Amino acid sequence: MFRSHVLVCGGTGCHASGCGVVFTALETEIKKAGLEKEVGVVQTGCFGLCALGPIMIVYPEGSFYSLVKDTDIPEIVNEHLLKGRVVERLLYQETVCADEGIKSLNDTGFYKKQLRVALRNCGVIDPDNIDEYIGADGYEALGKCLTEMTPDDVIKIILDSGLRGRGGGGFPTGRKWQLARNLVPDADQKYVCCNADEGDPGAFMDRSVLEGDPHVLIEAMAIAGYAIGADMGYVYVRAEYPIAVKRLQTAIEKAREYGLLGKNIFETDFNFDMEIRLGAGAFVCGEETALMTSIEGHRGEPNPRPPFPAQKGLWGKPTVLNNVETYANIPQIILKGADWYASMGTEKSKGTKVFALGGKVNNVGLVEIPMGTTLREVVFEIGGGIPDGKQFKAAQTGGPSGGCIPMSLIDTPIDFDNLIAIGSMMGSGGLIIMDEDNCMVDIAKFFLEFTVEESCGKCTPCRIGTKRLYETLDKITSGNGTMEDVDGLQALCDYICDNSLCGLGQTAPNPVKSTLRYFRDEYIAHVKDRKCPAGVCTDLLTYKIVDEKCKMCTACIKVCPTEAITGAVKQPHFIDPVKCIKCDACVGKCKFNAIIKE
Amino acid sequence: MKSLAELKAIKEKMQGQVGVRSNDHAGTRVVVGMATCGIAAGARPVLQLLSALVQEKNIQDVSVSQTGCIGLCQYEPIVEVFNKDGEKVTYVNMNEDKAREIIDKHLVRGNVVTEYLVGNV
Repeated sequence: MFRSHVLVCGGTGCHASGCGVVFTALETEIKKAGLEKEVGVVQTGCFGLCALGPIMIVYPEGSFYSLVKDTDIPEIVNEHLLKGRVVERLLYQETVCADEGIKSLNDTGFYKKQLRVALRNCGVIDPDNIDEYIGADGYEALGKCLTEMTPDDVIKIILDSGLRGRGGGGFPTGRKWQLARNLVPDADQKYVCCNADEGDPGAFMDRSVLEGDPHVLIEAMAIAGYAIGADMGYVYVRAEYPIAVKRLQTAIEKAREYGLLGKNIFETDFNFDMEIRLGAGAFVCGEETALMTSIEGHRGEPNPRPPFPAQKGLWGKPTVLNNVETYANIPQIILKGADWYASMGTEKSKGTKVFALGGKVNNVGLVEIPMGTTLREVVFEIGGGIPDGKQFKAAQTGGPSGGCIPMSLIDTPIDFDNLIAIGSMMGSGGLIIMDEDNCMVDIAKFFLEFTVEESCGKCTPCRIGTKRLYETLDKITSGNGTMEDVDGLQALCDYICDNSLCGLGQTAPNPVKSTLRYFRDEYIAHVKDRKCPAGVCTDLLTYKIVDEKCKMCTACIKVCPTEAITGAVKQPHFIDPVKCIKCDACVGKCKFNAIIKE
Repeated sequence: MKSLAELKAIKEKMQGQVGVRSNDHAGTRVVVGMATCGIAAGARPVLQLLSALVQEKNIQDVSVSQTGCIGLCQYEPIVEVFNKDGEKVTYVNMNEDKAREIIDKHLVRGNVVTEYLVGNV
């Protein structure tokens, strides 16, 4: 038994920042100090504060070390693990107080307002160790369902909890299960599916659950199988998530070994098994009908609904499809009850939601908050505000299907219905923060570029419509737009929304619609004044030298690749706009901020 | 594994161990002096035993951690026990047998073992 546990974040974020070498160094140093029987090292899932990775926590003290390098490890082992002296200089500085020593992690700005339900085990247990999951109440909910509850009881508790699908649509999960159970009473086979094809740029909560707590998904899918009467489950996960796939595979094998998957689970007549299917990276496969077509082995293209999956899903059989985060809530709801879950959140959106916080914000990472938390709290309290003292301009939710929320609506409580009312959507929970340096027309163009790439091409409104939208935006950002173009955008957006086959096309124009709604002035500036107010769209910029600031040092002249700048030492410098290719090289070189873009 | 009882058995075994990873330090804190003087006098096995017993017996709301030099090097190994209100008692000249007694009498039953306190040596 270990007196001290060192938890090293093994999520993808920390892997990218080098937790692998930290982990190896830790094991070596602990052995060197002869502590291998006293101190246990565990590689966990994501702690959430990805901006400060690699991250490790030492228990029982709960010391939170951030930005750890392998060269710091000997000091941590010899000072902290051996002699009990916390290495203060390496701690997450938010936890160090001037007067009263070291704060608990739960009292820091990033964690204080969070409430972890779906992510409760991420960064706490070893995802490869099924015993640790069981120690954290794992598989108890499945046991309870199988031995004490009828399938209808299970569905009722999920219905009463008010849980809604976390994949973006927000459809009540209990209702979905009820339909799959009852719609086709004489079905000989049913399926449970999990959507882990997390494709929204910037969203990574599903990956974190799979990496940090894979057994919760297995348990929840087995519960869903019991509720609707299915004995087989498929997890559709993208191949770009190698760590998640590996840990889930290990977890499935372990669960089989323990008899938690397979025949006669918990000595009942309930059988359930599951398999992983890898997605090859098409965004449209996150759409439910396309996803199931892909599982069947066909090219991933959507089909018209109805029939809905609950009636005719995988291989034509009734199927329940939920996303990873939705499933991650299920065991807790079974154990703690519908009332507990329904006590969190707003009137129509219960519970918590995980957001992947990214963009121009200090604490980039994964946060789980009760529904109804305002955007202001997320950005300025949990997120720690905007870097470099810049101004907040907008928050983009829902990825390419969502919209931008302006400063004037920053106090809106976040839930499914409020976000739709202000022209955005929950989506899977990507939350990208933008500051004064982001051009909103350019942002819309960025997302359209993505949907044009990812449109599967089956239906015309999406295939050609998004392309036309992109071309119009490109025309505007390159300074050739007209007011007719701006007005035409709105009509084209509405047409695509109304006529596309699946959710991808129906929501693809949202980034354009919401920026037109809240940032129309930026569109007009691009068209009428031929200016990009944020200084992003290079075609609309002219580089100029401010004579009062220029020290005539010729540094910019030397770096200019097209010899567009003329002048000499102690002679005024000029930029020839015809030769200038707007490469920004001179701006980076000038020490006196003498070169401006307008 | 086939039955719920087996699941419960694993859970009970693991609970104390996973329980070490708590950010909530509201309960009783047991602190062992682990500076060079403490280690030289034999604090490591004492610390290891205290931690293992608390986990094995799954004693709730007790954390066992280490600290630096407490300042009474001649009385090492030293074990301090802080109760919920932050009041502490200091045990000195500890060894594994005495540590076992402290677990049983003090941490489980709540009776301070006065004969090992710093005031009584």
